[in-house]
Amino acid sequence: MYETTYHRPASIDEAAALFAKHPEAKYLAGGHTLIPVMKQRLAAPSDIIDLAKIKDLIGIEATSDALIIKAATTYYDITQSPAAKKAIPAIVHLTSVLGDPAVRYRGTIGGSIANNDPAADYPAAVLALNATIKTNKREIKGDDFFQGLFSTALEEDEIITSVSFPIPAKAGYAKMRHPASRFALTAVFVAQTRSGEVRVAATGASQSGVMRVPAIEAALKANWSVGALDSVKISADGLMGDIHGSAEYRANLIKVMAQRAVEAAG
Amino acid sequence: MGVEGIGARVARKEDKRFITGRGRYVDDVKIVGLTHAHFIRSPHAHAKVKGIDASAAKDMPGVVDVLTAQQLVDDKIGNLICGWAVSSKDGTPMKMGAWPAMAPDTVRFVGQAVAVVIAETKNQAKDAAEAVVVTYEELPAVSSMTAALASGAPQLHPEAPGNVVYDWAIGDEKLTNDAFSKAANVVSLDLTNNRLVPNAMEPRAAVAEYDDAEEHFTLHTTSQNPHVARLVLSAFYNIAQEHKLRVIAPDVGGGFGSKIFIYPEEMVALWASKKVRRPVKWTGDRTEAFLTDAHGRDHISHAEMAFDANNRILGLRVKTHANFGAYMSLFSSSVPTYLYATLLSGQYNIPTIYAEVMGVYTNTTPVDAYRGAGRPEASYLVERLMETSARQLKVDPAELRRINFVTQFPHQTPVIMAYDIGDFGASLDAALKAIDYAGFPARKAKAKAAGKLRGLGFSCYIEACGIAPSKAVGSLGAGVGLWESAEVRVNPVGTIEVLTGSHSHGQGHETTFAQLVADRLGISVDQVQIVHGDTDKVQFGMGTYGSRSAAVGMSAIFKAMEKVEAKAKKIAAHLLEASEGDIVIENGEFKVAGTDKAIALPMVALAAYTAHNLPDGMEPGLKEGAFYDPTNFTFPAGAYICEVEIDPGTGKTDIVDFVAVDDFGRLINPMIVEGQVHGGLAQGIGQAMLESAIYDDNGQPVTASFMDYAMPRADDVPSFRVSHTTTLCPGNPLGVKGCGEAGAIGSSPAVINAITDALGHNKIEMPATPGRVWEALQLQQAAE
Ligand SMILES: Cc1cc2nc3c(=O)[nH]c(=O)nc-3n(C[C@H](O)[C@H](O)[C@H](O)COP(=O)(O)OP(=O)(O)OC[C@H]3O[C@@H](n4cnc5c(N)ncnc54)[C@H](O)[C@@H]3O)c2cc1C
Repeated sequence: MYETTYHRPASIDEAAALFAKHPEAKYLAGGHTLIPVMKQRLAAPSDIIDLAKIKDLIGIEATSDALIIKAATTYYDITQSPAAKKAIPAIVHLTSVLGDPAVRYRGTIGGSIANNDPAADYPAAVLALNATIKTNKREIKGDDFFQGLFSTALEEDEIITSVSFPIPAKAGYAKMRHPASRFALTAVFVAQTRSGEVRVAATGASQSGVMRVPAIEAALKANWSVGALDSVKISADGLMGDIHGSAEYRANLIKVMAQRAVEAAG
Repeated sequence: MGVEGIGARVARKEDKRFITGRGRYVDDVKIVGLTHAHFIRSPHAHAKVKGIDASAAKDMPGVVDVLTAQQLVDDKIGNLICGWAVSSKDGTPMKMGAWPAMAPDTVRFVGQAVAVVIAETKNQAKDAAEAVVVTYEELPAVSSMTAALASGAPQLHPEAPGNVVYDWAIGDEKLTNDAFSKAANVVSLDLTNNRLVPNAMEPRAAVAEYDDAEEHFTLHTTSQNPHVARLVLSAFYNIAQEHKLRVIAPDVGGGFGSKIFIYPEEMVALWASKKVRRPVKWTGDRTEAFLTDAHGRDHISHAEMAFDANNRILGLRVKTHANFGAYMSLFSSSVPTYLYATLLSGQYNIPTIYAEVMGVYTNTTPVDAYRGAGRPEASYLVERLMETSARQLKVDPAELRRINFVTQFPHQTPVIMAYDIGDFGASLDAALKAIDYAGFPARKAKAKAAGKLRGLGFSCYIEACGIAPSKAVGSLGAGVGLWESAEVRVNPVGTIEVLTGSHSHGQGHETTFAQLVADRLGISVDQVQIVHGDTDKVQFGMGTYGSRSAAVGMSAIFKAMEKVEAKAKKIAAHLLEASEGDIVIENGEFKVAGTDKAIALPMVALAAYTAHNLPDGMEPGLKEGAFYDPTNFTFPAGAYICEVEIDPGTGKTDIVDFVAVDDFGRLINPMIVEGQVHGGLAQGIGQAMLESAIYDDNGQPVTASFMDYAMPRADDVPSFRVSHTTTLCPGNPLGVKGCGEAGAIGSSPAVINAITDALGHNKIEMPATPGRVWEALQLQQAAE
């Protein structure tokens, strides 16, 4: 690790002010992505601005139509939240199969979304539910947030403050774990909104990151059932192929995971 | 005898310090004036080193020095050796290229060091390393054996034309061909034994210290055999003389074979400590472990088995290519030859075997012994072939094995090994019973109804441990003798220290070795301290690998104990005014048999050291040493049955049951034995389903981190059902065989046999990842 200066601001404004003073800084949340990258000397931020202890960034709240999770809330806290369990059980399930206990105790939803790893779990939920990402500057719709591998609509200095998931009529998540990393080899989030729209997002599969799956959305819109997907064909074009699975395998997984997610959604 | 003697489930004495974080590993060594080394490693698989410019780096903060490969050459530091000479079938000695500890002119694998930065802190060393400019001229690389053996392939070493180290053979070719020509059936199989990265939890490390007044070196290193390290460092590398070098291998966090070898980093640390006149520490990180720890396995084989009309094996013919990587590591040459092909007879009566092994250089990390070392490759081949044969011959796989089991002992195989004892049928029967073999069809049908594919696979493995009679291995080309030594010191107050040349890096010797002493004297294990891992304390030793510590190391302790007991009995007889022949040892006392006359061990010990009243002519003291050279290998064997269920949607395989019945001879501590088996099974299952070291066509490693290299996790393995059958090994005084590697040796064929059973065909290689299993299922669907 290169030398760096650590800051622990008490508020969102203070964090933003620190970033303004140190343009080569990085925000730090759970550190489960940033710290390993720094240890490998692949990132060299001059300053580290720790968001993890800012009170206004921690907490979970459910209203009648949304589940709002503040950005620095840890995965563990999400898995333990009765409000989250009641509002969108699929989100709690997704969180419970994310990483391992050590990761879940520290990793945060804000960090995960800001990082936008093409095999991360949360992006699938954000996209499928078209969640609203609130920052210290604005609100961004899930549809506009993810912009390819490890890239998002966020500006360098922008802080995610919370993610607001509209409560769906039905939602489910199914994940095939990558044998080594335990990220998603392919995972699918299916949702039926309260207005009857069907949205399906797959992570881990595409060469360009999290994506909607129109063929599955159409089939489920016509008939929300596992069997409705039997005849759906997913093209392997544009999907990742590597030592852990060919593009054809991932195409198959999109369908199979979608079926299992529908089954879980009920 | 007693609750802490042989056969007792004594909790591991060493675990208190390990579990509470008080273990003392090499990286924990702190010395005043310590400097830190960071190696500059090649990013290329094959390149000429055109120049190294360290001038800017030398001026960086904290930098003590930057040492290059050329300086190592100038100081006449020796090249790394390969300690086992294997000749080709035409009689020519193996063809080896030089392996310098740092590469002065050519690098041959990604990660090979070319220079080292020594600095006040590790971070400063890393900072400076970025300022060292190494100019490379890239050369074409070969990363697979197929590429290396192609005509016109890039050549690694001028000494080894065609990238071939040797073309070795064992057995009788003509006899074997004749057997095949008479065969009623021939079954053949192509197999890949995937390359593995050992991944001990503790990465390798070295702390070297030079005392220039005494011209003496001390090396703390992560070694499984500190005396062998000292011998090799002094005899071949021109760094220090044996009596001027102390090697200490303190607590070592796992080895699995990878810490047998003396690596470039230890050599360089020692050499550098004298050059900079400061102690030098190097602790590898996980990336360095992936790149530079000797890898394991990596065979491609074609095997054929000939059967008569009654399904009796007539012969076995094998052709194996073994990947050695870029250099010949310390024992690499023996692994795919004497440790592999000598086990190709398996548990079976095979009248004739002919096996050819070609050793091949590639631009990859060197390959050497890894848990099982050659025997997993042999058992994988034999047991895959037996299962495939059973399916082709339409015989029950248990039955086919039973028809061909060796049942008379001793049994001379056609490939050197002479099995001393075993009862293969007993292990198989116990395993069949444990798994409820008869109930399998019903379980399979039930799984099918639930949309799952069930399969069951066998593995009746045999392996050879307790390496080995020195004379025998010497005749096969080994550069060392493979005995072990021990010294038993009874202190004046009766507590005991046992000095052993074995080295514990997870095996639990501090407990099991103490149990032997406790058993013989009827005392508590707390009275016994096991001392190992320091060349200044233990006179000599050959170390721990090949599951040899019980069979060889404990046998040496046994012999030393006999001498101690004999002398103590003489003293006791003298003090009790009894005849020596009447003295028996019970519960820590020396008793006159049939009387109530007794004297406690501490009193005998005290008498030995006060020497006020000893038998005439007896030397004071109570301390004896012994060297034990085994008379034969030992032959642990067993039957493993694995039952799997495949989810056809994802290709994910779950091991729903795994039964292991092993015959390890006498068990010293069944709990520790079970732990060894569990760990071995996890590694074998890892090989079968998860692990694979992969290189791209340019020799770049694709799996150099845990993000890509899949290690087995707790939820990848089932709750094992482990049990034992017993035939006592006649070759050593304890009747033990060895249990450290069996799990890794026997399990992978059982897993793949189960998966191929579920698939209904044989077209899958290890690791059978979900992706591969799914592809294999598509093959079958396409065929249907
Ligand atoms: C062993 C292991 C297994 C894992 N398995 C999985 C898995 O299965 N699925 C999965 O999805 N992930 C997995 N991860 C990744 C894990 O979820 C990370 O925690 C996550 O990617 C980043 O979250 P963090 O809070 O740790 O962020 P950090 O590492 O602290 O930061 C990551 C990035 O986000 C930025 N950032 C953080 N918070 C904010 C914010 N509020 N506003 C703006 N920018 C911010 C940081 O500046 C940084 O660039 C795994 C990680 C590890 C180490």
